[in-house]
Amino acid sequence: MNEPFDTKSSENQYKLRGEPTVPLDDRELFTATSVERRKQVTEKIAWFVCLFATLVLIVPMMAILTYLLVQAWPALSFSFLVENPHNYMTAGGIWAPLVGTFWLVWISLLIAAPVGVLAGVYLNEYARDNWCTRIINLAVVNLAGVPSIIHALFGVGAFVMFAGMGRSLLAASCTLAVMTLPVIITSTREALAAVPRAFREACWNLGASRWQTIRTIVLPNSISGILTGVILQVSRAAGETAPILFTGAVFFSTLPEHGIQAFFPYGLGDRCMALSMHLFTLSTQVRGVTPALQYGTAVVLIGLVLSVNSLSIGLRVYLRSRKKW
Amino acid sequence: MDHAIQFDDVSVHYGVKTALRQITLAIPKKQIFGIIGPANSGKTTLLKCINRTLDFTPEARISGKVVVAGRDVAGFRNVYELRRRVGMVFPLPVGLPLTIYENVAYAPRRAGIHDRSELDVLVEQCLRQAMLWDEVSDRLDMLGTRLSGGQQQRLTLARALSHQPEILCLDEFSIAIDPVTTMKIEDVLLELKEQMTIVLVTNLVQQARRLADRTAFLSEGALIEEGETEKIFTQPVNRLTERYVNGEFG
Repeated sequence: MNEPFDTKSSENQYKLRGEPTVPLDDRELFTATSVERRKQVTEKIAWFVCLFATLVLIVPMMAILTYLLVQAWPALSFSFLVENPHNYMTAGGIWAPLVGTFWLVWISLLIAAPVGVLAGVYLNEYARDNWCTRIINLAVVNLAGVPSIIHALFGVGAFVMFAGMGRSLLAASCTLAVMTLPVIITSTREALAAVPRAFREACWNLGASRWQTIRTIVLPNSISGILTGVILQVSRAAGETAPILFTGAVFFSTLPEHGIQAFFPYGLGDRCMALSMHLFTLSTQVRGVTPALQYGTAVVLIGLVLSVNSLSIGLRVYLRSRKKW
Repeated sequence: MDHAIQFDDVSVHYGVKTALRQITLAIPKKQIFGIIGPANSGKTTLLKCINRTLDFTPEARISGKVVVAGRDVAGFRNVYELRRRVGMVFPLPVGLPLTIYENVAYAPRRAGIHDRSELDVLVEQCLRQAMLWDEVSDRLDMLGTRLSGGQQQRLTLARALSHQPEILCLDEFSIAIDPVTTMKIEDVLLELKEQMTIVLVTNLVQQARRLADRTAFLSEGALIEEGETEKIFTQPVNRLTERYVNGEFG
């Protein structure tokens, strides 16, 4: 069908560019009808609107990042990362909050990831579709939308007071875990649901049990989606202030800066500083802080979140390239 | 009691739709049993009753009794044992997202066979029986899902044979396979019936005629006629059967 468009000019062939060697009737064949013209216009508008929406998203984001970086530039250095804040937090670095955030996130992840993934597996693979399951699903989805301050208050009631953990690293991590659980469950379920049911039925027909099917076929083929969901929650946990505010984060504490003690500075019952809380303190609670310190903290926090997110994107691309169907 | 499978007044409903109506049927051991019938006549549902994969369709309700190897299938407490005794090939081939080798070794592994040399022998044997060995013997580590449709169908056949079932159910196994290979597989089936009972659901009436010892004709969920294949094809009792085997309806 494409031959007529070839521009090898011979008498009988059409020329698309240049003036008509084509007879009039044939040219009419190729002029757009009104429907097609409208289609072209709509197409252009749709393209432009979508592009505009994307730019609206990207421009402020770049602006924020640039502004932060410029403002923070004087403070950023290696020693900024590895020094404790001192002089009533008006000088020094962010070592203590950085370590605090690291442990908060890790411990909450250790709690939330296994529980969330296994609950997602149960809900998607084992649970029968009845009213009870539907209520649980509804509850999980709604929990994901609950503001973090509510989780904070729940954490105070459940972990700090009822479970007797006191205000501690453990209580704060548990609160973060509760906050991230619903999203981990939901993303796990979605990843599992993306594995075609035909694979499961083929396995069952071969006499495999449900768990054998999950272990050998379903999980290996949904792991990229599950991990992405989990890692995205890591960055969310790192950035939240409210859940740790009342449950275990502390205004100020110093940590050893050298040696093995610098990395394992406290036990589960101790309180700790955290980056997000530290930023809040620096910006609102302490007088005489140089702006560069505040912006520096913000840059490190954002950098942390961005690098965790890009790690998850990288992982997803890698795992998807190994996807097997 | 020399029957591999017995259906005793079996009815199946999907919601309000009736898929099988009071089927009473005995399938003898070590024979090929053909099941023919137009689309939507309940052939596939009948197979799903045998290894209780109907359990996976939540809205399906089954009444009556299905007896496999002398036991009521509803009474199998270990349903995996039942499914290992029954090999199933469904018309849409599903290659598992594993290598060709692992596809065939899947069921034996799940049943506890891990010895590599034992698996090697088994995999080769099953792939040979499914007429796939010559095409894939040099690339057993390729993904099963990358095979063509017809090859995947033979892969599912090899997989169904891999757990050495007593009963092999084939649901239109040849729709994506070329005629020459189909003929070769049909020869294999004739050999296999020395070892196992084969239930052959087919839309190709002539395939049933070539292979089956006995044939049943289903229509709209009801068993219209069952008997020796030759008799079904030459002197059917029921007018509907006669019209179907002669290609006048369906």
